[in-house]
Amino acid sequence: MSDIENLERDLIAKVDAADDEAAVEAVRVAALGKKGAVSERMKTLGKMSPEERKEMGPALNGLKTRVAAAIEAKKAALEEIALEARLASEKVDVTLPIKPVSNGKIHPVSQVFEEMIAIFSAMGFDVAEGPDIEDDFHNFTALNFPADHPAREMHDTFFFEPKEDDSRMLLRTHTSPVQIRTMMTQKPPIRIIIPGRTFRCDSDQTHTPMFHQVEGLVIDKQTHMGHLKGTLEAFAKAFFEVDNVKTRFRPHFFPFTEPSAEMDIGYERVGNEIRMGEGEKWMEILGCGMVHANVLKHCGLDPDEYQGFAFGMGVDRLAMLKYGIPDLRDFFAADARWLEHYGFDPLDQPNLATGLSR
Amino acid sequence: MKFTLSWLKEHLETDASLEQIVETMVEVGLEVEEVENPKERLVAFTIGEVLHAEKHPDADKLRVCKVATKDGEKQIVCGAPNARAGIKIAYAPVGAYVPGIDVTLSKAKIRGVESFGMMCSAREMEMGDDHDGILEAPTDAKVGDPIADWLGANDPVIDFEVTPNRPDTNGVNGVARDLAAAGLGKLITPTPNPTKGDFACAQKIGLHFDDDTKNACPAFAGRLINGVKNGPSPQWLQDKLRAIGLRPINALVDITNYMSYDRARPLHVYDADKLKGEIHARLGKTGETYLALDGKEYEADETMTVIADDNGVLGFGGIMGGEVTGCTEETQNVFIECAYFDPLRTAKTGRKTGIASDARYRFERGVDPDFVLPGLELATQLVLDCCGGSASEVELAGEIPTFEETVLFPPTEVNRLTGMNVSPERCEEILTALGFTVRKSDPWQVDVPPWRPDVGGKADLVEEITRIVGFDNLPTATLPQNRAVEPSKLTAAQERRMRARRALAAHGLSEAVTWSFTDERHAALFCDGPNWLKAKGLILANPIASDLSAMRPSILPNLIAALQRNADRGRDNLALFEVAPIYQGDQPTEQATAATGVRLSHPPRHWQGGENTADVFVAKADAMVALAAAGTPMQSLQTTSDAPAWFHPGRSGVLRLGPNVLGHFGEIHPRVLKAMDVDGPVMGFEIFLDNIPSGKKKATKTRPALNASELLPLSRDFAFVVSEDVAGEALVKAVKGAEKKMIADVSLFDIYQGKGVPEGKKSVAIEVLIQPRDKTLTDDEIEAISKRIVAQVEKATGGVLRA
Repeated sequence: MSDIENLERDLIAKVDAADDEAAVEAVRVAALGKKGAVSERMKTLGKMSPEERKEMGPALNGLKTRVAAAIEAKKAALEEIALEARLASEKVDVTLPIKPVSNGKIHPVSQVFEEMIAIFSAMGFDVAEGPDIEDDFHNFTALNFPADHPAREMHDTFFFEPKEDDSRMLLRTHTSPVQIRTMMTQKPPIRIIIPGRTFRCDSDQTHTPMFHQVEGLVIDKQTHMGHLKGTLEAFAKAFFEVDNVKTRFRPHFFPFTEPSAEMDIGYERVGNEIRMGEGEKWMEILGCGMVHANVLKHCGLDPDEYQGFAFGMGVDRLAMLKYGIPDLRDFFAADARWLEHYGFDPLDQPNLATGLSR
Repeated sequence: MKFTLSWLKEHLETDASLEQIVETMVEVGLEVEEVENPKERLVAFTIGEVLHAEKHPDADKLRVCKVATKDGEKQIVCGAPNARAGIKIAYAPVGAYVPGIDVTLSKAKIRGVESFGMMCSAREMEMGDDHDGILEAPTDAKVGDPIADWLGANDPVIDFEVTPNRPDTNGVNGVARDLAAAGLGKLITPTPNPTKGDFACAQKIGLHFDDDTKNACPAFAGRLINGVKNGPSPQWLQDKLRAIGLRPINALVDITNYMSYDRARPLHVYDADKLKGEIHARLGKTGETYLALDGKEYEADETMTVIADDNGVLGFGGIMGGEVTGCTEETQNVFIECAYFDPLRTAKTGRKTGIASDARYRFERGVDPDFVLPGLELATQLVLDCCGGSASEVELAGEIPTFEETVLFPPTEVNRLTGMNVSPERCEEILTALGFTVRKSDPWQVDVPPWRPDVGGKADLVEEITRIVGFDNLPTATLPQNRAVEPSKLTAAQERRMRARRALAAHGLSEAVTWSFTDERHAALFCDGPNWLKAKGLILANPIASDLSAMRPSILPNLIAALQRNADRGRDNLALFEVAPIYQGDQPTEQATAATGVRLSHPPRHWQGGENTADVFVAKADAMVALAAAGTPMQSLQTTSDAPAWFHPGRSGVLRLGPNVLGHFGEIHPRVLKAMDVDGPVMGFEIFLDNIPSGKKKATKTRPALNASELLPLSRDFAFVVSEDVAGEALVKAVKGAEKKMIADVSLFDIYQGKGVPEGKKSVAIEVLIQPRDKTLTDDEIEAISKRIVAQVEKATGGVLRA
């Protein structure tokens, strides 16, 4: 028995002395390998008498188990030391900067278009569109601007060179031609908004030769001016995200509506900030009215049967008011500093569930 | 249009305050733009009394005065010759701003004598031209009273916008009528008294038109007034004109201006002694000219109505008279013209000649035809009052055009169009107050007054009634809900745009919005040249600026120019995009929507090194981001190298689905950048969103079942030697085609030319991921797939496996 104890002492000492993985493996082969010291001893069990085997069997198995365990423990300890050493060598300065990730922005005009679409689609409006280059019929005549009437001079129109037949195309001065295009191709009931680019030959601090409008059109057999008022008041509250927005309707003149009105909203200016729903001042934000009988007739609709309202508003101006953007001309300058300052995160897609804006 | 409060009160008897008047004007649709009260400008000036005045000890022309003021007795040194004891004067204290000399007063020492404040002349207070001495107020003025009260300057001026449909409000009486109808008082506009002629009108008048043009001037009335004395008009008239910003000239001219603003009735006064033969209206003849009152010479043509005599054209009818026959201080005998000119012809002539006059403004919007003769009588009265003389009988050529417009009007129309409930009695009351005549048949027959050419339909009367009742009384109604929850509202095209926009922004490009027009020279670089732009009708006839004259055939020139503008400000590392219209012609079908982006790339260096500068593949990636977001079937996307001429020929490509071009990308051609004066290189792409096929609307939202194999995928590398002009895409496609079921992915990871590869060839290395589907593959099966790959590549590209 002391023989086995000596062997165990010897093997455990060798395991302890091994200081790398290869040395541990050498000990394992020498002890537990096919021809290892323990294995050789195990082979002698077969030749023993039952009594001897009864004594030596458990002793040798015990030896094998303990040596194997010592080897495993040593291996794990060595791995742990090696890992620690590797980790220690792999230290980096995590305060170093990452490669820059550039963030793009959405232009305020696009953002506000989408805000308006979110509001009006909840009220059942579809989104219609039409061409920027228009003819006289759709931009003026069908909208009840008689030829040579001074009302046409309210619109500083961009014209193209005359064609051989003396007709000339123009850049639409408002999104209203799409009213005509829609009514001529679609049977009422109609409930649409029309976002788009519009053009007037005018340029100063508050006018740019190109700007954006959203037009609205509702045609059916019962919509009256009270619906117009209700719709636009609801829009103003939703758009400015202020519950107590005050609105005022004033009679006005547009050739394509009768009666016609302008809607003002109440505001107060505090420093550079414009606060909607406070104060005593009024600001005009849109024009509207009941679609003129002549416009309905031009589109083949009987004005005694069909009726409805139309409205139009300047998108750029509403964006300026809502977000406190000072100068209209900057909208179209593509100045990176401006785009990054006033632009919107592409993840902020306007919808009514999350609120239109953050 | 401006008028003063006191002027209004000549037409409207009212107790209403200025605030009520202004508010009511806005409510009835006369949009007040500004109210200016001169009193507010004069608030610093009060009445003072000179108690004592003596010569300045050291200056002959100065006087040292003791003045009683609201601030007590003050010593004021004054240079005015009329500064003397006992007069009441306009006192301005130290600290007051004196507008006429643009000075804020401070305590002064004048030649050694202290002076506290100032005694002002009318001109110093900007209350007239008088500067002969200090202003002398009436002796009964009380010390301390506001000077405005004694200058008649307590008359607020109201400025409002006249909409084109309301020519009647170009006269103060029209404003008064609206306000009276709105319940603010009583309309008291006096009716002109006819003056009986003392003698027959010796001046012959006539109309010379054909039957088809006689509506150009259907009525031409006039009379002579002999023995007038022209000169400055009376103070009341000068004050009125000055208050609304007009310069008094002489009595005769002032009277015509007054008529334009009081009654919206322009007329013209000729020096009768300068007329030769018959004065008449006719169409002009090309080549005829006249010197107009604005000092410019104008040429007439056959479309214009002119007033002429035997000497030729005297003026454009209803627009502007001539210098030669105008009235001067020496004028003794005058001929007053009061006519009716066709609005459309007047508007056309006005536009053609560019003359903007008060007369044109009124005639082109329509004047009251019934007021031709009363207008002439009112003018006669004024001339006789201001200039004396005696009037001839009235002459009229032609006939006063009859204005007959009757609207069939069921009063229920008010409720149908506005939702408002207004009783028939109230409707009738309002219409009557506005000058309409209501005949209560069924439906009502409502006669429109001749000063309201804008009213012609039921809706017009609805507007008249509701604007007087007040839009405040409109009900607030909600549009009926069609569905409990609204379905999606965007068309496929709209959704594509929105998705492309947000994807590009998320990918690091910032959205710009630039003009639809651009520099013609720049536009020509991004299409088939300047002739193409012209042939397609894309050149504006009246651009806002010469460098914004062409509709853009591409967004690229605008964005590239924007990159340079930013670079000029030191921002030369920038990516911009725009999703917006481009124009291939002037027809609706020729407008397309492009998603276009550009990069100017000078990224800052980074400690991890590596090449960060954008190249053609960054542009390709940008383009593919937009395409994918917009719903392109990306697995079918092909790239070819035939990009348009504005790209670098070797570093650009076209993205397409077979013959359908979806866009192009690449480095912008250096020659194009040079022509635009831009420092490159610039990478760009342009996607034609409308060309992307709309996916078929699916019947169900159910997705196909996931087909994920339990078996381990395995990867194999291949290197092929191919001709150097073989496209990488063709090789990858050939590999994929070799075993469609099991090849899950193919990645091209190396391209090599040089030692070991023959001249004119390249070695392309790819990694193929094979996904067994039903069972683990045997070595033989894997070998078979490899062989098929090699065969397929050879067949498609002529490439061979690299030894």
